Amino acid sequence: MKITLNNRPEEFIKDEITVSEMLNIKRFTYKMRIVKINGKLIKRDEYDNAIIRDGDNVQMLYLMSGG
Amino acid sequence: MKFSEIKNHLAGYTVGIAGAGGLGSNCAVALARSGIGHLIIADHDIIDIGNLNRQYYFIDQVGMKKTEALKENIRRINPDTRIDIYNTELTRDNIPVIFRDCDIIVEAFDQSEMKEMLAETILSVWPERPLIIGSGLAGYGKTNKLKERTIGNTLIACGDEESETSDDLPPMAPRVGIVANMQANAVVEILMKMKDHENYT
Repeated sequence: MKITLNNRPEEFIKDEITVSEMLNIKRFTYKMRIVKINGKLIKRDEYDNAIIRDGDNVQMLYLMSGG
Repeated sequence: MKFSEIKNHLAGYTVGIAGAGGLGSNCAVALARSGIGHLIIADHDIIDIGNLNRQYYFIDQVGMKKTEALKENIRRINPDTRIDIYNTELTRDNIPVIFRDCDIIVEAFDQSEMKEMLAETILSVWPERPLIIGSGLAGYGKTNKLKERTIGNTLIACGDEESETSDDLPPMAPRVGIVANMQANAVVEILMKMKDHENYT
């Protein structure tokens, strides 16, 4: 499937993946973040169940300590 | 537009500031100087001498509650800005109450866990309310790495999105101040696009 990740095209072998799978595949390791699928917030406790499908617009923002 | 007209417009809005450390104190001061009518500032911390390397406080305020010191400092800059303070730790339960009347909210925490908690709470309760996040400001230099990124219409991230503070990469006044003022700049830009108390679109 093809999706848009942070405004760039991305391709995955599977037809659909969970947010947790995407984070693993992309090696997005930093622990705190915001994830949105098609503009909708996906909370941390929804990562294992939220499905990313072909054509979805996924946005991710790392939240770095410091302020 | 003249500054007097900008100030008159901004006087009609309420901005929430979650945290009164390096980001929150500097952002609040910039917003008060710009003429924002009402600031709601929440923090439960006390000023430590180590905070003075970047936070908008003075040596004789060490030991004071940050919210009370910041309210006093802003009063000395622009007494026309109304300041409401909450000396409390922000949680998923009290955030929707404390920031209920805000037109826009600034995330100004230090810890990434708190940043995520606030973002999840705000975006769940008010998906369309503008939220300005600070992410990535550790160390010094690398000015060109600092940027503003808009996600959707109303979520804005300011910072380099990669540097994290540590003993060897401390937060310092120049870079923290830049990001705090980027956040204030984003607030002003969004509020200037709003018609009087209409929702942001």
